[in-house]
Amino acid sequence: MSNELVPVLTKRWLSPNSWTMDTYEQLEGYQGLRKALGAQPDQLIELVKASGLRGRGGAGFPTGLKWSFIPQGDGKPHYLVINADEGEPGTCKDIPLMMADPHSLIEGCIITSYAIRANFCAIYVRGEVLHCIRRLNAAVQEAYAKGYLGKNILGSGFDLDIVVHAGAGAYICGEETALLDSLEGRRGQPRLKPPFPATSGLYASPTVVNNVETITSVPYIVLGGSDWFRAMGTEKSPGPKIYSISGHVEKPGQYEAPLGITLRELLEMAGGMKDGIPLKFWTPGGSSTPLFTAEHLDVPLDFEGAAAAGSMLGTTAVQVFNETVSVPWAVMKWTEFYKHESCGKCTPCREGTYWLTQILQRMCKGEGTAADIENLLDICDNILGRSFCALGDGAVSPITSGIKYFRHEFLALCEKNAEDSYEAFLAGASA
Amino acid sequence: MTLAADKNTDIVVPDGHVKLTIDGAEVVAPKGELLIRTAERLGTVIPRFCDHPLLEPAGACRQCLVEVEMGGRPMPKPQASCTLTVADGMVVKTQLTSPVADKAQAGVMELLLINHPLDCPICDKGGECPLQNQALKHGRTDSRFTETKRTFPKPIAVSSQVLLDRERCVLCQRCTRFSEQIAGDPFIELLERGSQQQIGTAQDQPFQSYFSGNTIQICPVGALTSAAYRFRSRPFDLVSTPSVCEHCAGGCATRTDWRRGKITRRLAAEDPQVNEEWICDKGRFAFTYTTEPDRLLRPRVRDAKTGELRDASWTEALRVAAEGLTKAKEAGGVGVLPGGRLTVEDAYAYSKFARVALGTNDIDYRNRPSSAEELAFLGSTVSGTNPEHGVTYGDIEKAPAVLLIALEPEEEAPGVFLRLRKGNRKHGNRVFHMGQWTTPAVVKTNGTLIPCLPGEEADMLGRLPSEVDELLRRPDAVILLGERAAEITGLFSTARELAAQTGAKLAWIPRRAGELAAIEAGALPTMLPGGRPVTDSVARAEVELAWGLETGTLPTAEGRDLAGILGAVANGRLAGLVIGSVDVHDLPNPELAERALDSGVFVVSLDLRESSVTRRADVVLPVAAISEKAGTYINWEGRRRPFPVVITGTNRLPDCRVLDTLAVEMDADLFTQTPAAAMADLGRLGHHTGNRIPAPSVDAGRPNRPGQRHAVLATWHQLIDHGSMQDGEPHLAGTARPAVARLSVDTAKAFGVADAALITVGTDRGSVTLLAEFADLPEGVVWLPSNSTPATVRTSLGAGHGALVTVTTAANGAAS
Repeated sequence: MSNELVPVLTKRWLSPNSWTMDTYEQLEGYQGLRKALGAQPDQLIELVKASGLRGRGGAGFPTGLKWSFIPQGDGKPHYLVINADEGEPGTCKDIPLMMADPHSLIEGCIITSYAIRANFCAIYVRGEVLHCIRRLNAAVQEAYAKGYLGKNILGSGFDLDIVVHAGAGAYICGEETALLDSLEGRRGQPRLKPPFPATSGLYASPTVVNNVETITSVPYIVLGGSDWFRAMGTEKSPGPKIYSISGHVEKPGQYEAPLGITLRELLEMAGGMKDGIPLKFWTPGGSSTPLFTAEHLDVPLDFEGAAAAGSMLGTTAVQVFNETVSVPWAVMKWTEFYKHESCGKCTPCREGTYWLTQILQRMCKGEGTAADIENLLDICDNILGRSFCALGDGAVSPITSGIKYFRHEFLALCEKNAEDSYEAFLAGASA
Repeated sequence: MTLAADKNTDIVVPDGHVKLTIDGAEVVAPKGELLIRTAERLGTVIPRFCDHPLLEPAGACRQCLVEVEMGGRPMPKPQASCTLTVADGMVVKTQLTSPVADKAQAGVMELLLINHPLDCPICDKGGECPLQNQALKHGRTDSRFTETKRTFPKPIAVSSQVLLDRERCVLCQRCTRFSEQIAGDPFIELLERGSQQQIGTAQDQPFQSYFSGNTIQICPVGALTSAAYRFRSRPFDLVSTPSVCEHCAGGCATRTDWRRGKITRRLAAEDPQVNEEWICDKGRFAFTYTTEPDRLLRPRVRDAKTGELRDASWTEALRVAAEGLTKAKEAGGVGVLPGGRLTVEDAYAYSKFARVALGTNDIDYRNRPSSAEELAFLGSTVSGTNPEHGVTYGDIEKAPAVLLIALEPEEEAPGVFLRLRKGNRKHGNRVFHMGQWTTPAVVKTNGTLIPCLPGEEADMLGRLPSEVDELLRRPDAVILLGERAAEITGLFSTARELAAQTGAKLAWIPRRAGELAAIEAGALPTMLPGGRPVTDSVARAEVELAWGLETGTLPTAEGRDLAGILGAVANGRLAGLVIGSVDVHDLPNPELAERALDSGVFVVSLDLRESSVTRRADVVLPVAAISEKAGTYINWEGRRRPFPVVITGTNRLPDCRVLDTLAVEMDADLFTQTPAAAMADLGRLGHHTGNRIPAPSVDAGRPNRPGQRHAVLATWHQLIDHGSMQDGEPHLAGTARPAVARLSVDTAKAFGVADAALITVGTDRGSVTLLAEFADLPEGVVWLPSNSTPATVRTSLGAGHGALVTVTTAANGAAS
């Protein structure tokens, strides 16, 4: 396993004015597009399949396979929708990417649209990041001006329009079907599946929904080829990945490394734990992925490795917490987030997060009892796999994994309560 | 569905079906069926809240989770059985056999209850509440929730009739999905998110729907309640009796709940062929008119000395009536106006009473604008209509194209409107509305307006867009005519021709519940029961034989129609009138009617409540309301809609009984002592197989053209208006659409009223003043609701659809 950075998607980030067309074009920009337009769309789908590229939004679904689900010759318009609604606590890779190198995403969009025969692409960006939306819009305008977008792109006869759409501040709209509803102007709540977006997505037409990082990888694969791509990472999880390291490390930031790197290696690159205070727990891929502890420093951070160790790779948002942080408190804050962001459509998530939050808040105030821990776990069991979409599953991950590894901390809160009560009892007796 | 008695027996799986296993039992189910239904057919009720068979699946409440195995592989998560369709080889374990499913269901139930108030003892839904029932069956015995419940101020009035308690709501979205999918009135929506998610209305856009009551009925908790029923009773204290709606000609199945002689509420009953599970708000809430203070409870006769009406015994009243009618019969004759709201049994009694006791064909039930052309149409085309041969609700749903002429379905036939909308949503029907403006129904049926001047409809049929003509030639296309067709010269004739040319089926959808029954009963001047022409000797002989009359007893000439009867009374040629429930303000010429009633004619009135007729009558005979008698309506499809007595023991007499007794006083026997007897007597006549009344052949009329001084009036009734059968229900009245006068901007400019908020529409008789609203009407046309203001189109203007009117700025700025 390498502990070297592999700047692919991040390679232009430190160049002067990296977000401009000029810089981009000087650094191989739109070369992948020129090459792609010379190929047949199906060849591109095969290429991406061969590269083994897997979705970078968290689920790791094979990208080429997803594209091949789009029915061809069906007479319906096809759509490409970019999920840039980055809102998971800890996750911060897509927004820096779009800030630093928006053209690489646009180039990926054009190649992908060409491959799936879409003439319209929407980039659904989290509404809170206005600066990023402005930068994307400026880049899209530059691309139109240069003939990379619009009619007859580079004389190929291929047309594409890109719209940058700002979300309205809902975490649920990162769920692909809720995103589509929101994009259509409806209330952002997840749709029933089937039908899947590949057959009935945006405006009931075949639609590919992909994450920013996924689509940005495409031009590099086109230029570098699938073998080059597969040379990085692991057999089942090939390619580079942006690891967003935040929290108690000396140098938090974006570290692009081959999939399968370990936290131990990442920590080394990030300068180690801040002030040398030891690691207590961490998330491999955002708050929806079950917690890891210092035991997991050598878990390979690829889709298989994270899953085998009882968590998920998620968005590789590595949040690092040292020993000063109370696990129940962190879990409570995360749960407050899920309660705030639950869309309300289904009972388990809507009511469950409401209940869990109150129990955790009460426990953190020292008013919990040991029975609360069992209740927390049972409520989590009634949410996990019972909710309409994965948001409910994600909401219980911090709690179940937190109790799994740090039950004693939860119990300690309850003991305090027991002591308080005893003291109160004694105080009452002496009065 | 077939159950395997023996596992070794091979179950035959028919085409289009799949075989699956539910709780160890093999089941055959049609492809595409939802698992929850298949289980239900097997007798396994999986608890649910959001699921409703007539709404699209939502999968929101997660109450119906089951364990599913496909192709030998268990699905990783429990599946919502309300969204999963059956598949071959599927192995399903419900709560009966799967601890996982059972725990999942109990878990969801507990979560649904954590924020649910424990106010069951005062909740309207208590006792018939799916949440209560299922919580008892699948829930925990105690609650682990000790935290703070979410609270909301309550209730909020979604409309004057529908009240929302957000604390009780389980957010199943049945109401919002109903509004969006079935009624097409997206006036309530989900607001906010997470635990703050709630049902609400858009700002400045109140819940406005003629179907809002259905949301109350399908609400699986007590979150939606009606102002009319809220806190009135507990469901288990009520007696539920099947009933049929008495308002429009739809014949919707209803259920009337009552106790101690009083109706507390009316609900939609299930009838897949007619109203599915829906009724309109008028059918649901407009039943209080029978308990208004002006309800007639005992007979009255006009005192010879004082000239005033006074209470009388039945014996006296019937004697006075019989004597007066006998005298009037000898003095020139008696006309009969039964009104359009009768059951077959009652209408038959009027029909037979006219012929047998009064010896006349001067009978016309049509208490509305009518025409001789219509009379011929009713005899030739409508009489004998039945669901086997005619158009049905199902036909409307499945028709590739439906052309509506002079029919505003949402206002005049709400059930038909729902089917049109369903047909468009489910089968992509094309709906064409020939009318004057793009009404909400045009929009909600995804329809196309074929605009024309009022009165020009018949002419327009000859100039249909080629697309419409082509679509009508497709098999199963349907043409529907409405009540105001009678105001459009030549429309019945041209519509028949169009149907014949295109092969489309033709149906007539009147507005009142009693129309088809009155036609079948022969309550018309040209027809005996069963559509037998009065001028046909064979037909007369059949009736004479069945009625035990001597040959040649029945009058041979066609009688007078409504206008003829009133005219003859006014000029003294008729000396008596027998009038059922008729409101003179509904008549095409209320002034003539009042003149006739004031002419000294002897009037016997059979009515529920005091009216301008009863006040002028010589004898008033009170009759039973719909809930106090049994009977049969015939809906517009020709479908018989029998119903039993709801409130027993009132001793109130149906019209047929009153007329039977009155006939006895006049030495005639009707054999209509009870509705059952009347129906049996009618049944003895059998079906008419002989000659029918010839079809009308009237050329399309030339419509009034708007000019510089006159506009042309378009008018029809709004569903919820000032009709007397909606009296006593202010909450319902509050949901009426606002009464406005509609015209185009250009018309308003042409008449110099473009800047006026209030405009006055007038004739030489009088005027109606209303707020103006711009709509896409043809130039020179102004639309008024017929009966939504104190000044009505019939009474105040003496005009109707297609009449010439003036349009001016309102003089004093006050709406009338």
